[in-house]
Amino acid sequence: MRLSVQQTAFDPAAELAAFSVAQSTVGAEVSFTGRVRDDTGTLVALEIEHYPGMTEAAISAIMAEAVTRWQLAECLVIHRHGRLATGEAIMMVATAARHRAEAFAAAEYLMDYLKSRAPFWKREITDTGSTWVEAKATDEDALTRW
Amino acid sequence: MIDVLYFAWVRERIGVAREAVDTHAATAGELVAELAARDARYGAAFADTSALRVALDHKLSNFDTPLAGVREVAFFPPMTGG
Repeated sequence: MRLSVQQTAFDPAAELAAFSVAQSTVGAEVSFTGRVRDDTGTLVALEIEHYPGMTEAAISAIMAEAVTRWQLAECLVIHRHGRLATGEAIMMVATAARHRAEAFAAAEYLMDYLKSRAPFWKREITDTGSTWVEAKATDEDALTRW
Repeated sequence: MIDVLYFAWVRERIGVAREAVDTHAATAGELVAELAARDARYGAAFADTSALRVALDHKLSNFDTPLAGVREVAFFPPMTGG
């Protein structure tokens, strides 16, 4: 299990290569990368604030639950904070399990919980000002399926 | 004394990121009531607690959770990670 909460940029391909450890019991690997999106063409940057200490504690607990629940052989979460430009990787998760159903489910679980239970707050900086990204009710609803 | 932290727009409205608060509040909700009564900035930040979340010693909690033994309280809007 590896968790990194960092300000610096990372290379998802290199991280995935390092994550992939050949194990006789691992038949499936799933990875997801979230990137900064600009729907309106006005985004200057995305700023991500977090709560040092709680961020690591909350994500570690979420990862431990995923590892237990889906019997993961390995699990990775990288999440950035600070100022990011359009297209940059915000975060990634990777899971390794015996079968794909477990690997996919665990990755989705991690994503759902990271969205609304890890203390990050996004702010969109545009040409005209800045706005805090509001949490969606659907993000909270997504947790009920677990 | 208890350390109180604010994040995102809660921090912006209040104007500080953290402060030590001398309080006898029994719950997070009572602490909110004390803080909200301070001045207009705090009042604005705590106007609608349904829009706020609270963490006690790094653990997401409820406003009726007792503060006994808690060293750090944080107030923030719903999280937007991922």
